[in-house]
Order: sequence, then structure tokens, then C-alpha cells
Amino acid sequence: MNEKSGTIIGVSGNLLTVEFTKAVVQNEVAYAVTGSRRLKSEVIRIRGTYADLQVFEDTTGLREGDRVEFTGELLAVELGPGLLTQIFDGLQNPLPQLAEQCGFFLQRGVYLDALPRDRSWAFTPTAVAGDRVTAGETLGTVPEGIFQHRIMVPFKLKGALTVERIVGPGDYTVGEPIATLRDADDEPVQVTLMQRWPVKIPIRAYAERLRPSEPLVTKVRIVDTFYPVARGGTYCIPGPFGAGKTVLQQITSRYADVDIVIIAACGERAGEVVETLREFPQLTDPRTGKSLMERTLIICNTSSMPVAAREASVYTAVTIAEYYRQMGLNVLLLADSTSRWAQALREMSGRLEEIPGEEAFPAYLESVIAAFYERGGIVRLKDGSLGSVTIGGTVSPAGGNFEEPVTQSTLKVVGAFHGLSRERSDQRRFPAIDPLDSWSQYPGVVSADQVSFAREMLHAGNDVKQMMKVVGEEGTSIDDFVVFLKSEYLDAVYLQQDAYHDVDGASSAERQRYVFDRIHRMLRCKMSFDDKDGARRFFQRLTQTTRDWNRLEQQSTEFRQIEQQIEQMLAEVSDYA
Amino acid sequence: MHKVYHGIERIAGNVITVQATGVGYRELAQVSSRQGTSLAQVIRLEGGRVDLQVFAGGRGIATDAEIRFLGHTMQVPFSQSLLGRVFNGSGQARDKGPRISENLIDIGGPSVNPAKRIIPRHMVRTGIPMIDVFNTLVESQKLPIFSVAGEPYNPLLARIALQAEVDVIILGGMGLKHDDYLYFRDLLEENGALSRSVLFIHTASDPVVECLLVPDIALAVAERFALQNQRVLVLLTDMTNFADAMKEVAITMEQIPSNRGYPGDLYSQLAARYEKAVDFDTAGSITILAVTTMPGDDVTHPVPDNTGYITEGQFYLRNGRIEPFGSLSRLKQLVNDKTREDHRTIMNTMIQLYASYMETLEKQSMGFRMSPWDSKLLKYGQRFENELMDLKVNIPLEQALDLCWQILADSFDPAETGIASKLTHRFWPNH
Repeated sequence: MNEKSGTIIGVSGNLLTVEFTKAVVQNEVAYAVTGSRRLKSEVIRIRGTYADLQVFEDTTGLREGDRVEFTGELLAVELGPGLLTQIFDGLQNPLPQLAEQCGFFLQRGVYLDALPRDRSWAFTPTAVAGDRVTAGETLGTVPEGIFQHRIMVPFKLKGALTVERIVGPGDYTVGEPIATLRDADDEPVQVTLMQRWPVKIPIRAYAERLRPSEPLVTKVRIVDTFYPVARGGTYCIPGPFGAGKTVLQQITSRYADVDIVIIAACGERAGEVVETLREFPQLTDPRTGKSLMERTLIICNTSSMPVAAREASVYTAVTIAEYYRQMGLNVLLLADSTSRWAQALREMSGRLEEIPGEEAFPAYLESVIAAFYERGGIVRLKDGSLGSVTIGGTVSPAGGNFEEPVTQSTLKVVGAFHGLSRERSDQRRFPAIDPLDSWSQYPGVVSADQVSFAREMLHAGNDVKQMMKVVGEEGTSIDDFVVFLKSEYLDAVYLQQDAYHDVDGASSAERQRYVFDRIHRMLRCKMSFDDKDGARRFFQRLTQTTRDWNRLEQQSTEFRQIEQQIEQMLAEVSDYA
Repeated sequence: MHKVYHGIERIAGNVITVQATGVGYRELAQVSSRQGTSLAQVIRLEGGRVDLQVFAGGRGIATDAEIRFLGHTMQVPFSQSLLGRVFNGSGQARDKGPRISENLIDIGGPSVNPAKRIIPRHMVRTGIPMIDVFNTLVESQKLPIFSVAGEPYNPLLARIALQAEVDVIILGGMGLKHDDYLYFRDLLEENGALSRSVLFIHTASDPVVECLLVPDIALAVAERFALQNQRVLVLLTDMTNFADAMKEVAITMEQIPSNRGYPGDLYSQLAARYEKAVDFDTAGSITILAVTTMPGDDVTHPVPDNTGYITEGQFYLRNGRIEPFGSLSRLKQLVNDKTREDHRTIMNTMIQLYASYMETLEKQSMGFRMSPWDSKLLKYGQRFENELMDLKVNIPLEQALDLCWQILADSFDPAETGIASKLTHRFWPNH
């Protein structure tokens, strides 16, 4: 046997110390052999003739002296048609197939092919023999659900290659060669529908990277209007537990205006993944009329699954996102939660006895987080079309305190910050994005002037509220009091949104522009009241009516009626009526 | 067959170190010393040295003690005869019943494949309005009760257990006061529920390592019952003691602590236990209710904080009441649309108004003049506290919803509640 191997000399949790004789590669994949099982692991440190390996599985039963086989390859994923609609674990094992094979529980050491080997795809070539191609250029397409899945020149190939032979249209499985290329050294390269790519290295087979400038509509009003996300941008949602991070991400995964959504459930509750994977097949995508699952892919490494695979799961997810971006598609990657991934790093760092940084997180935490978010972006591909990866990550700060290392490292690299607040969620003001602290560097769907006026109103209203806590309602002037009521009104009818209501739960960009324009006029309107109670009663009525309005389809006649009703109410109190 | 070693190199706390070969990670060993015999588990292998955690503790162990490796990991017996029995943290009988040694199963087994889970869909009725109306408990939910020492969390746990319709109750006690253990046992017995219960009890005076085993044993047994199509309710009290036991061992092992001395893998360790809560596709379910006491009423303490991120909500028990703020059942949305049409609206409106009441209270305590609106809120808030929040209230959900409407109607005009007109037309009393 010419395989490289080593011997286990230490086991501590999921960390192995292995003695080796032939050369090993940092971050290469190795298998620890116990009985008939081979446990996947990764080399994470080398010292002298000892290598430290993190095992992606439970290490129970491993003994000193057990064999470890090195593969010489970095941790990689399979890329090709058949990825969409699947549910993978962090190492790209398809979970439903695992369940068929192993039953209720996950068994260690069982690794299945990510892409079905027996399924054939209808391939249509677009390149012809004699074409000069480079990595990432299209050789042909296969239909995958609602998409034309591009079969591309493998990303790892360097320089220009010549297409020597390409098959005609027909059905092929992912393993069958569909083309032969000749590289600069005149060596033949076989191409199949599938290729492999190491997860920790970004795919760079594009012409240029662009600046994200176009809003990505999520249909959440406070996001699209106030703190927008851009296609190819990055954003983070930090918040204490129970503030609604996951619900917000679930809503985004349903309504976001993108082609493909990849959900990386990283170290979170299994139940939440189950909701997605059981409900999505039943829901229709408003954009295509097909099942939502057809544009969705789930990478699921929940909190009780092995820790080391948690780290791998976010990289697996982003690599697949980049792959679909290469086809000119807009991909949204939702990672929930990046803190769990950071904790996985912390656990390994502790086992390696590295010198700890803040809160025992490793010193390289910040650069690792930055490198991950930098994999988001909008690019111009070699054929001129655009593709994007938008990354939204939740952060679960310890104690809900944003001053901790993971939140702070994330804030440095993202383009928008949706901070969730315990106070707002306690008051059942959902989504609990704090309208005063959050920020975004991207352009939104409504006019920037209107938004900045509304934001000033929110700040002014908050100032009055704080002041009233000191001087009381009686010590507040009626003008200030109306400012306070207006800001509360804006909060109640626009910032808050009933996620479980069919109409109110998803507000299109066009509707946001229309409604916000009306609300903006109301905020600007000078109003006069006899006393504070009168003002309060007016705003209570106005709030209730506007909320009814929010629940109506924009095309319905009732929508117009209520709109007129609101105009009338306003006319009764406005100064110049 | 079994390898036997003498000669312990190091004893530190509950961890002993011995030179041995061919030992598997997490394998079990029997340590025999003058003090008696105890089980121990391998927790680290390093260059021919084996670190073992002794269940009965390190006290009284001699350096020439005999260590016999058993070749398997920790196991517990499983059969129907467990029902009605009481065991300690290492699975030995604590009552006077016979020893059970049939059908041994491994503890701390692998996690459930998410693809074999289903969306929970059954409400667990408790008769407590603060739970049924505002934070509905759902079968297969994992939910901690956050509270400070001295709150009636154990009686609350017991009451939910007795009123919930489940097939099997499994109680895991960690660092439990002996009185509390007897309280649970007697209460279950008086209500005829002991015959469908299994108790794994580690009391405060037992060796600390045994505390670490309780959740794993309790959940391994629960899992077996659930696979036999039973609906299992697991009660764990108190998970903070479990976390503290883990801290103790981690410090002895010289691990780098992350936050207030707790090990860096606290989240993963807690999650591995809580995630055993499951609704199996084509089999039974496990619901977990766990007490987490918060040192100093501090919810940002690492144990409640990590727990909150793992579990599907939490009940805050404060001043003998389940707090409406902070308490949360994440799964309630899965069931409360099937109860009654007004359930969700009532749930949100009542809490929003209660939040306004709290603000008014604050204003009142600072001596500000009360507006007519404030007076309405005060009236509302007091009725809410007395008629709904009191833990003594025991009424079914529908009755509780009617009561909510009544309180609203007695306190406000329909428009003031912000409830959609469609619902007020239907449900507003005297309308």
C-alpha cells in the first residue's frame, strides 16, 4: 500500500495527536480507522513528527496505536447538477439518504456521495471543438429544476485550454466525461458534469468584482426602507436569544428577491431546520410559481452534531453559493449562527492549548470572519453576465452584549447591521430590529430624503420619550408630545410587521414606496389638538386604521376606501385643512 | 480478558492518571481501592497515559488501586421494569427494588438525523394561562425554567408533569436536595403517576461526577421509550448544577476556561443534551423541561445565556409568577393558530398593553400625574396580574381567552386595544 498513514498517540475530545513518517499537508483530510469505521478528520497543526487532527465525528472508542490514513487532499465539496433541493450536513452528506441507510440516528463514519451518481442529466453543449476556453467558462448546460445549470470548465485549471472533443446533446450522469480539453502543456483534461473544489479557497473564475449597489428586496419594511441590503452585499443580525433572529432569517429565505437561497444552519436548533425542510416543499415561490424548495439548499449542522463539522458547514455553504454565482445567478446565503462557528473555533483552539484572546476566542478570529464575509460580492463573469452572493449572518452574542469579539469582528466587515433588541422583542414589536442603532451602507427602495426625515422623527420621538420619563407627561409641551406620538405611530404601522399575516408579512418594494410616501406626508403634516388625551386618542384610532390598511391587498377596493378614510382623519386635525 | 492495571501516576481531584495501552477513548473502568469500588471513564489519552474520571470521586484512592478496563462505554439497562423505580447517577438502584441488568444500552448516543424529525404539532395543555395562552408548550419542545433559588420551580415542574398528557415521565435530578427528591417521589406516588415514571436522582451529597451522567442516562432511557411510540416528558432539575460539575472537571483537567470559569464547549455540551428533545417521524416524542437556576438573577450568566440560545424559549419564574416579558415559547406559533381564531391576537395585545402598564407604574412611582389613559392601564394591569398571572389559577385555554376579553372590555374601548375591527366585532363582550 503506498498510502500515507500514521498512528494515533493521543485523544482528547475530538482532537487527535498522530505520529507520521512521510510528508503531510496542512489542512489535508485524513481518516482515523477504528474497527470497520473510518472517521473523517482534518490536519490542523503539525509539530515535528506529530500532527494534530480535528475529527469531524465522535471519537469514542479510538485507541492509541489506531491507524490514520492521510489522503493528501484538502476538504472539498462536489459541485454539479443535483445540489438544489438537497439537505446536506456540514460535510455535504445528504441527510435524507443517510436516514434511509442508518435510520433515526446519525451514524459516524458513514459518508455518501453528495450528488446522485445514477441520475442522468440532459446535457446541451454550447462550446464546440476547437474553442479556446478558460476556467469558469461554459461548455454546455443541463436543466436543473427552474434553472439552466451551466457546466463550466473546472475552476482549478490554469491558463487557456482548447476544447478537443465535446459530446453531443444527450443524457449523461455526473461521472461520465462530456469533454476533453488540452491545456497549455498539451496534456488532455477530462471534464464531467461534476467538479470538486476545496471549501476554504474562494472561487475566483470571473472577470471582475463590482461594488454592490442594487437593493435586494426582502419584503421586510424596516429592512428595505430603513436598513437595506444590497445584492452581493453582506449584513449581520446580532441579537440576544428570543429576539427573533431565526424568524427574521426564515422570512427572508421565503421572500427575498434572489434566484437561490442557501441556508446554513450552523450549530443551531434542529427543529428550526425541520420547519424549513418540511414546509418549503409545500410553499410556492411567488416569483416562479414553483415550490420554494426548488430554489433552496440546506446545509445543516445542528448544535448536537459534531463540532468540527460546524466550521466546515459555513465553508461548504459559501462554496456552493459561489458555484451558482458562476452561472450568473443571484444567491443569498443565510448563516445561522456565525457565533456557533466561532465557538467551534474556540473549542479547537482550547484543545490545541493556543494562547487565548478575548473571551478565550483565538487571536485569528477576526481574520477568519473577515475572510468569510469577503466571499460575498457581485461579479461580472467572463461572458459579461452578473452573478452575486449576498451573505447574511446572525450573531448570538453572549448575554446579548454587542461588545463581544464575534459581534465586533463581524461589524467591521459587513455593509449593514440589523441589531435586534431585547427591549423591542419584550414589547412584542417585531421585527425587533432596533431602529435607532442599526445602520446600512447600501441604497434602499424608497427616497433617501424621506427616510432620513423619518429617522430624525424616530430619534426626536425617542428623545421626548426619555425626557417624559423625567419630567412626566404634564411637563411636556403638546408639540413635543405629538412628535412622540408620531414616532410611535411610524413604529407601529411601518416598522412593525406581522410576519404571520399573508399580506402584512411581505411588502413589495412598490407597495413600500407607495405606503411610505403617504406615511411620510402624515409625519410632515402639522397637527393641532386641544389636549394630550385628544391627541393620544386620535393616534390610537389612526394606528388601528392604518394597521387594517396594512392587511389589505393593494389592488383591493377596500385598500382605497381605508386610504381615503385615513386622509379624512388627517384632514380633521391638520392645521391647514 | 479485561486488562488490569496497578499503579496510579497522578491523582488530581476526581481525575486519576495511569499508564496503560490499548484503551479506547471514553471506555469505562472499574477502580478498586480500600474505600470500595467505583466506575471511572477515560477522558483523555496522551502518549501512553490515560486520564480517568472516577465517578465516586478521588478521595481515598490509593496509588496501588486496581484499575480494570471493561472494554465498553457507559451503559444503562433498559426495560419496562424501569417504570416506578429510582436510580442514582451511575444507574444503580436507589430504592429497595431489585437490580436490573438486562438489555444494556449506550448512553450519550448520536444525534437524531434532522431528516427524521417532524414539525411538532401538539399543544401540551397545562391549565396555567401564562403558559397556555401566552407561551404555549408544545410536545417535543425543550424549554428551561429560569429562576432564582427559592422560587417554587420544582412544584411548577411537578404540576406541569402531572397535568400534561404524556405516557412516561422521566425525572433527572442533579444536585437535588434530598427533601426535593422525596417531594417529587411522594407527589408522583400520591397522584398515581409513579408507575409511569423513572427517577434518576443525584442528590447534593452524592459524588459530583455522577451528576454529569444524570442527563445522559435519563435521555438515553427516554429515547428508547420514544422509539417505542411513547410520548415522554423529561424533567431535569437543575441544569446549573450540571454545568457547575462540568466546570469543576474542566478546571481539574487544566482546560482553558472561556467565560467565568466555564469550559469553552459549554454550549455544545448543553446542546447535546437538550437536542435529544424530538418528535420522531413514525415514532414517539421527547419533551424536555429543565430548571436552570440563575445565580444572582442574572440572565447573562453563561449557563442561562447558553441555554437560552439552545432551547426553544424559556419560562421566567420570578416572584412566584411566570413573567410575561422574557418568557417565550418559540414553538407556540405552530399550535396557536389551531386553537382559536383570537388566540394570537389576544396573546400579543394583552402583552403590549401590559408593557404600557409597566411604563405607567414607573411614571406613577415617580409621582407624575396620572392621565385618564394611565388610570385605565392601571386597572387593566392589576386585573391581569391577579386573574391570569397568579400560579394558582388553573383554567383551560378557552376559558382563559374569554377571561382576557372580559378584562379588556372592562378596561378599554375596542379602538384603544389596537385589535383589528374584525375580531372585536366577534369577540368583544356585550357587543
